Amino acid sequence: MNLFCIGLSHHTVNVATREQFAGNATAEWIVSKAGCTEALLLTTCNRVEVYAVSDKRISTDEIAQCLMGKTNRNAHNYAPPFYRYEDNKCVQHLFRVASGLDSMVVGESEIFGQAKKAYESARTSGAVGPYLHRLFQRAFRVAKQVRTHTEIARGAVSVGSVAVELAQRIFGNLSECKVLVLGAGETSDRTARALVSRGVTDLRVSNRSLDRAHELAQTVGGRVVPFDDWATQCREIDILLTSTASEMPLLTPDMLAPMLCERVDRPLFIIDIAVPRDVDPRVNEMEGVYLYDIDSIRSVAEQSLTLRRQQVAAAEAIIADHVTEFVDSISRGLSRISQTTEHSSLSENPLRASDLQGS
Amino acid sequence: MDRYLLIASTVCFLAAVVHTIIELRTGVFRPMRFNFFAIGLGFIFQTAFLSIRGHELGRCPITNLFEVFVFIAWSVALIYLLVGPAYRLSLMGAFTAPLVLLLQGFALVAPIDIRHPVKVPANSWLEFHASISLVAYGAFALACIAGVMYLLQERQLKTHHLHSIFYHLPPLTNLFAAITRLLWWGFALYTVGIVSGFFTGHPLPRIQVVAAIALWLLYAAILQARHLKWLAPKRVAALCIIGFSAALALLWGITFTAEMLPPP
Repeated sequence: MNLFCIGLSHHTVNVATREQFAGNATAEWIVSKAGCTEALLLTTCNRVEVYAVSDKRISTDEIAQCLMGKTNRNAHNYAPPFYRYEDNKCVQHLFRVASGLDSMVVGESEIFGQAKKAYESARTSGAVGPYLHRLFQRAFRVAKQVRTHTEIARGAVSVGSVAVELAQRIFGNLSECKVLVLGAGETSDRTARALVSRGVTDLRVSNRSLDRAHELAQTVGGRVVPFDDWATQCREIDILLTSTASEMPLLTPDMLAPMLCERVDRPLFIIDIAVPRDVDPRVNEMEGVYLYDIDSIRSVAEQSLTLRRQQVAAAEAIIADHVTEFVDSISRGLSRISQTTEHSSLSENPLRASDLQGS
Repeated sequence: MDRYLLIASTVCFLAAVVHTIIELRTGVFRPMRFNFFAIGLGFIFQTAFLSIRGHELGRCPITNLFEVFVFIAWSVALIYLLVGPAYRLSLMGAFTAPLVLLLQGFALVAPIDIRHPVKVPANSWLEFHASISLVAYGAFALACIAGVMYLLQERQLKTHHLHSIFYHLPPLTNLFAAITRLLWWGFALYTVGIVSGFFTGHPLPRIQVVAAIALWLLYAAILQARHLKWLAPKRVAALCIIGFSAALALLWGITFTAEMLPPP
């Protein structure tokens, strides 16, 4: 029994090369063309990988050609550096992938869902048998354990998610928060959507161009505030998200001070993603005001990534334990089957799911 | 025997502190069950200690500074176990355990477990007055801990330097709500404690009464300022720390003067 993984990822090739091998084949196709016992195809924007089990050795070139699917293109024309992991290394690689350790953004959780989807698809088509079933079920378990027992998925790493994370650290439940979006740029749009997805219902949009304000308000389910009135909104709002093209600061301590007197017990969170900045940095020195400009948001994202990277060793240790345990349990399962088949003189019996279930 | 129970309890709180330190050092802070159970077990040992000591004395075991410290530590643990999970302040355990450890550690190490001759015979009003006041101290201690957590979280948000613990601290608004509730609980219990002091049937030393009323006024002022929105949450949090420090100083003074007073 030979377990292997052959693939390409963002670590080894660029997107132009990856896309040549993505979307042409299915797990079922690989089983039939390459002669594998079982196969699973994991295709994401960052990787194209085949996990397979076979009785005979199947070359990397054969799998590469299978990935070309029914197209007439020759895999050799691209000659990308496919990586190949076998047995223990393959198990370890899958556990790392499912846990987000091999991802572009370390610890991201999207890969977990993508791996689950790939598994479901291969299972439905009948390309997954007992071996890959056990392997992937264990991989999902490992990924959950890594997330639970380490800080690998902690912290936000994009502007929108950092803004949401910080807002939740200040206000807890965002459903009661009033948000003013000042300036209707692309990043504001994304950040406003992120806030709405976390429960914000009272969202106001103010922009010099009223049409653009209406457009954004409509897409995020907010209401428009005339641009001349935005400053007075600071009396009521909890979160100000600003990204105008103004050359001068729009909000200064002198403007804000009288309004803060009316809201002593309510914090004000300001996300200033404009360059040049819309809010005077001295505003952050005012009591109850938390000002984050684009640099400080990037710095928070970088801190989150550093925190995640520090957790890689702890995650690797969990994975190493599971790899050893999984390989041992599979070996025990196989030797039990071998004893059973010797006893019943059925040496040609394939591996059965029920035999592996107890391992 | 009762001292061993107290040592066992202290070890439980020490375990919670060590667990927190190890987790903070490795950067994997999970303020989940361990701290809660360690504090729970420590609380059981504390209760057993106080119960045995109370039976020996034939009264509420708050007859010297040693017992008073243990009683406060017990009150802090009790209120943490009641409010910590209810307000989803699991991290509070990480802050509660060091305070209890400090109180009990000091009580065990310092030569303050001295049996004084009973100056005032036990009566239910006196015991109620003393014990309810000490439970109020437990609530003020927790408010102080929540205040420390608030200031820590606030500082991280202001300076934009977020440590691993940042992700486990409750949101600022939740912490402020918890501070307010604990202050109200402490204030209500302390008020009952002070009022009951006038029913003990014994004249209370004037200095104690004045100091106790001053502390009551301090907490009343904090709550009033909070209610009227005169103070920013950060200042309320800082005042909780100052208030509890004053409360401890007052307690020390009360116990000290009680021990110095001649028997009636």
